[in-house]
Amino acid sequence: MAGVTNLRSPAEAGLSKLFESARQSFASETAIAREEAFRFFEATGLPSRRVEAFKYTDLRAAITEAAPPADAPSLEVAKAAVAQAKGFSGIEAARLTFVNGHLIGELSDLDAIPEGVTVVPMSEALAQGHAGLKQLAPVAQARENPVYQLNTAFLADGAVITVAAGAKPVRPLHLRFVGTGDAPFSTATRVLVQLGEGAEFSLLESHEGTDGLTCQPNDALDVVVGPKAAFRHTRLNIEGDATIALSTLSLKVEAEGQVETVNLVTGAVLSRHQIFVHIAGEDTNVVVNGAAMLRRGQLADSTLLADHAAVGGVGREQFKWIIDGDATGVFQGKIIVRQAAQKTDGKMKSDCLLLTDEGQMMNKPELEIFADDVACGHGATCGAPDDDLLFYLMARGLPRAIAESLLVQAFVGEAVEAVTHEGARAALVGEIEAWLKARV
Amino acid sequence: MLEIKNLVVQIEDNRILNGLNLTVNDGEVAAIMGPNGSGKSTLSYVIAGKEDYEVLDGEILLDGQNVLEMAADERAAAGIFLAFQYPLEIPGVGTMTFLKACLNAQRKARGEAELSTPDFIRAVNGAADKLEINKEMLKRALNVGFSGGEKKRMEILQMALLQPKFCVLDETDSGLDIDALRIVSEGVNALRDKNRSFLVITHYQRLLNHIVPDTVHVMSKGQIVKTGGKELALELEASGYAEYRTNEAA
Repeated sequence: MAGVTNLRSPAEAGLSKLFESARQSFASETAIAREEAFRFFEATGLPSRRVEAFKYTDLRAAITEAAPPADAPSLEVAKAAVAQAKGFSGIEAARLTFVNGHLIGELSDLDAIPEGVTVVPMSEALAQGHAGLKQLAPVAQARENPVYQLNTAFLADGAVITVAAGAKPVRPLHLRFVGTGDAPFSTATRVLVQLGEGAEFSLLESHEGTDGLTCQPNDALDVVVGPKAAFRHTRLNIEGDATIALSTLSLKVEAEGQVETVNLVTGAVLSRHQIFVHIAGEDTNVVVNGAAMLRRGQLADSTLLADHAAVGGVGREQFKWIIDGDATGVFQGKIIVRQAAQKTDGKMKSDCLLLTDEGQMMNKPELEIFADDVACGHGATCGAPDDDLLFYLMARGLPRAIAESLLVQAFVGEAVEAVTHEGARAALVGEIEAWLKARV
Repeated sequence: MLEIKNLVVQIEDNRILNGLNLTVNDGEVAAIMGPNGSGKSTLSYVIAGKEDYEVLDGEILLDGQNVLEMAADERAAAGIFLAFQYPLEIPGVGTMTFLKACLNAQRKARGEAELSTPDFIRAVNGAADKLEINKEMLKRALNVGFSGGEKKRMEILQMALLQPKFCVLDETDSGLDIDALRIVSEGVNALRDKNRSFLVITHYQRLLNHIVPDTVHVMSKGQIVKTGGKELALELEASGYAEYRTNEAA
């Protein structure tokens, strides 16, 4: 980001004013460095296309006004919004419900958290200076990211989730984020998850809001996967069609840790999901998959950085894109293999189906390898549905639209198959089917 | 059943069929033989409705209705079935999902009710048993990881389920060992019916030992140049295609 200086945009000036007015309420906090974070943000500003990491997703152009942080909604308003929420709603899970970025205790299962798991609301954790907060921001590169630092500066709520060593709760925990209202607002949530040695934990995360709602959520999930622990994470973005959704997943993985994170995006006019992975211990196994199904003017950006700093890490990253109408997909994937990370085995792939001539897909894969005994590869493909496959299906009686849907579903399905939790996988498949049905 | 009149077809300015005429009657098994490059596979694709080909002239009438006006799926619903020379692998599409979608799409197009799941499974299992298809194959993605013989058996399974009235078998014998050839042929013979016709495209007479044709046509340079009974296949086996060989790709 250094070296790029912009005149401040109205949105940047607005963010500075908002931070000034909020500063008083942060005064007693010591657990997080909001001032530093905001100074970092002020130095970089909203990243524009002149910044390499945001070349295809110009936030300075997209965010024209600084939306004020949302107030906590009344219980009545929150209840009405949650009643409409559908993400992962059919799955038996303990739920933490956030409405407009605020944890709503009355609509959460704080008293029914699975055994071995503790949840402390972030507001409490910040007020008490919770010891676990030392683990916040576990990946260095995320701390150099303006979106993530903006989240730190304005952090309003979230949770600190601790999974005890050896705990293997059967029921997943569901982070349910719902947006509601009729005036623009922003949110900044941070959820920290720490898995003790040998723990196994499934986390579901859904983000949704009504169409036409102009909100700017900026959500961050920090995860520390302890030795021999397994973290499974399924994320669904079905935000409303006027939402600008920014999100960051920071993962630190210790020795023999396992990670599976799968993100499906069908919502938001603009979304950027940033994934920072730090492989800190030996013999880890990390699967990062993503799928986006976009139409009419949508832009979805998945930006991944996987930093292998330890021996024997296996990484599999697979991204699938369906671009309809004049939508745009952006994939930036970077794998760093440090000198110490011998025997790293990494494969990264981004495949796109363009359903129209107007759609766009930007792929930017990067490998930085400093070790000499590694197997790393990347690939990107982009094209229309295969005419020969379409003919084969049509020659069996399937009308073109149904044949195309079947091919699209199969194509996207490859990214979703990695989800271990059967209910979560079915929920993603259901969302894919609903998207296709709306198209036909 | 099927009547082709003066069919002229090209692809990318390359004329493949040159005024082809062919009639296949109800219940008839017609074989088309001919050297490479004579247009046999093109004929099969054009009948089934592949869009890459430009039809410059002629008609293909199925029971009097010109199918050239119809999309491939409409032709399938009307009763045309093409068993592909190289069946395609479709990763991610489960075989059973595919079979059910096809069956119900055709039934819907014909105004028939969808098949219930138990009836569908019974029908698939019955057809699979006859073709010695392992049930595990049905659980996999369509044709993915199947051997050449398994793919061809899967084509015949689809034919048995969909019960078309006009079946085109495009070099169904290619890639089959002796046992697979017997199984596939028995599958086809079991479907022979006075109301169902077949167009069997092959290079070799050996398939016709198993699927005995009523008529044999020789194709060359995009036309039918000779027509005879099943003995014509034996003559070709003995004399080769030298008499008919085109100047096109050997």
